[in-house]
Amino acid sequence: MIKDFFNLAFKNLKKRGIRSWLTLLGIFIGVTAVVSLISLGNGLQLAVANQFGVSANELITVQAGGISGFGPPGSAVVDPVTRSDADAIEKLSSVENTVVRNIKSGQVEFNDNVQFRYVGSMAQNKEDLDLVYTQLNQKALYGKMLKESDSGKVVLGYNFYAKSEEWGGKSITVGKSVLIEGEKFEVKGIMEKKGSLIMDNVVLMLESDMDDIFNFGQIADVIIVRPKDKEEIDETKLDIENLLRQRRDVDKGEENFEVSTPEALLSTVNDVLDGVRIFIVIVASISIFIGGIGIINTMITSVTERRREIGVIKSVGARNKHIFVQFFIESSLLGLVGGAIGALFGTIIGAIGIISINNLIGTDLSLNIDFLLILFSLIGSFLIGGIAGIIPAMKAAKENPVEALRG
Amino acid sequence: MDEKKVIIELHNVHKYFHMGNSIVRAVDGVSLKIREGEFIAIMGPSGSGKSTMMNLIGSLDVPTKGRIFLDGEDISTFSESDLAQLRGQKIGFIFQSFNLVNNLTAKENVMIPMIFQGYDSGERSFRANKLMQLVDLRDRMHHSPGELSGGQQQRVAIARSLANSPEVVLADEPTGNLDTKTGETVMDFLQRLNKNGKTIVMVTHDSDLARGYADIVYWLKDGRIEKITKKAMKRRKR
Repeated sequence: MIKDFFNLAFKNLKKRGIRSWLTLLGIFIGVTAVVSLISLGNGLQLAVANQFGVSANELITVQAGGISGFGPPGSAVVDPVTRSDADAIEKLSSVENTVVRNIKSGQVEFNDNVQFRYVGSMAQNKEDLDLVYTQLNQKALYGKMLKESDSGKVVLGYNFYAKSEEWGGKSITVGKSVLIEGEKFEVKGIMEKKGSLIMDNVVLMLESDMDDIFNFGQIADVIIVRPKDKEEIDETKLDIENLLRQRRDVDKGEENFEVSTPEALLSTVNDVLDGVRIFIVIVASISIFIGGIGIINTMITSVTERRREIGVIKSVGARNKHIFVQFFIESSLLGLVGGAIGALFGTIIGAIGIISINNLIGTDLSLNIDFLLILFSLIGSFLIGGIAGIIPAMKAAKENPVEALRG
Repeated sequence: MDEKKVIIELHNVHKYFHMGNSIVRAVDGVSLKIREGEFIAIMGPSGSGKSTMMNLIGSLDVPTKGRIFLDGEDISTFSESDLAQLRGQKIGFIFQSFNLVNNLTAKENVMIPMIFQGYDSGERSFRANKLMQLVDLRDRMHHSPGELSGGQQQRVAIARSLANSPEVVLADEPTGNLDTKTGETVMDFLQRLNKNGKTIVMVTHDSDLARGYADIVYWLKDGRIEKITKKAMKRRKR
């Protein structure tokens, strides 16, 4: 008999007007939000981490102030970290070696167009240069990366090549010359796309060339530290912090420098993402709740519109519970339809998200379809529809057949 | 006297409605017996209480005073739900405005009453096919009511009223929404049913219709039976 009620409910739903379907928007949006969020999986985390320049290497970075990631590090710092700090760090027993990098903002000219870009320094001995490359985690798409002897040459980020509109319609390619702060450099390589605004727009040149232009002297914008033992990266970090507190004469908690490990940065990213996730879940919950109210509303309207039908069905022998079950199932199915469309859209949005992330940062992520989650959201929306249907179904069941037949 | 089984008995039945401060005595002390195989008409102008009579006879409503027996059982002793069940078994309804469920096909409409009596789907389909045949609509049974003419819809309603082989078919102004010719066709179907032994109770305000088809006509006025006219017994032999 239940099967018959499902049958009847399907037939009734098919004839529903657009008004009924609009009330499903709440459940639809809620389920879409949750399913798309989960479908993105760790894609979202990778994408954000990548924007912050966090990679999974085992290096420690040291810089002045509390600035991390964005902006030229050290640019607004009163008390910069210096090369002698780097030398001192390198003498620590837990440290393998260090390399200093400087990053400045400079004028780049090509084809009579001028843009301002970050310029990053590259170390000039093999060992240090390897360390920088490990930290950057970058390869050349065209040409080659810089060697320690490549004075007068630069390697450019992907956008220099890709965004020809910024250079009067001409792409910058390997072998061309660009002017940096008025000095002429030959392009040795174009780096592959990273999906990060900083890395895709950066100019890399040797330290000595860069010092000639920017005169940073002893200032070290970033010190990259390779610990002796990757497993003890956190202890190494503490050693560096102690050393720098001593050297810079600051108390614990009042550091004017920052020592960070990839894990620490990654956990910051995760904190931010957790916030986003919680927000989306809250929005989804509110939206599903409103969706439930919408279903109550449309079902009550439907009961009122179909009074005569209720009267007829009662007159041909339907008990109150039959009428209740009929409307209850109809309401549950209404919820289920909302959830199903939501799950479908959520998966599609997730897929689009994954494709975009893959394009943006060149990863090879696949869509994370969580069938259990989809099943739960379908069951959930079926139940919400059912719960929302209880009051209208009771109203329908209680209709007096004589009154109802009058319509 | 006729010794046929009494199917429905009204015993000094009253039905009052409250209209603001006044009480409307829609049915005011009616007693009657409906026996197996009879074609009964309840005749009266609008406001005479005939709709209320029909609701009471069909056990859609319970009396304020007095007792109603359906197949020997006092309907006031039944719960609303059990009464629905009993109604589904014993009474088939035909309404003036057909009252088919528009979302369903003709055949599905005929099958609805069977759902509540627990027939399985194979049996429902088989019975519905036969009933659609009976009302000459076998070829239109997969159409929705909106695609059928008024007369056809009323014939579907007749088929539906017979779904559970009820003791009585109760028709409320069955030709009221039909033109004369179509009305006659519908009446012919009812008459044919009656000739095959089905008890029919028809409520109407049309005295020609009542006199033309019914064996017994109860003339209702102000909630009371004013007179009873009987047709000669020629059609009553079996």
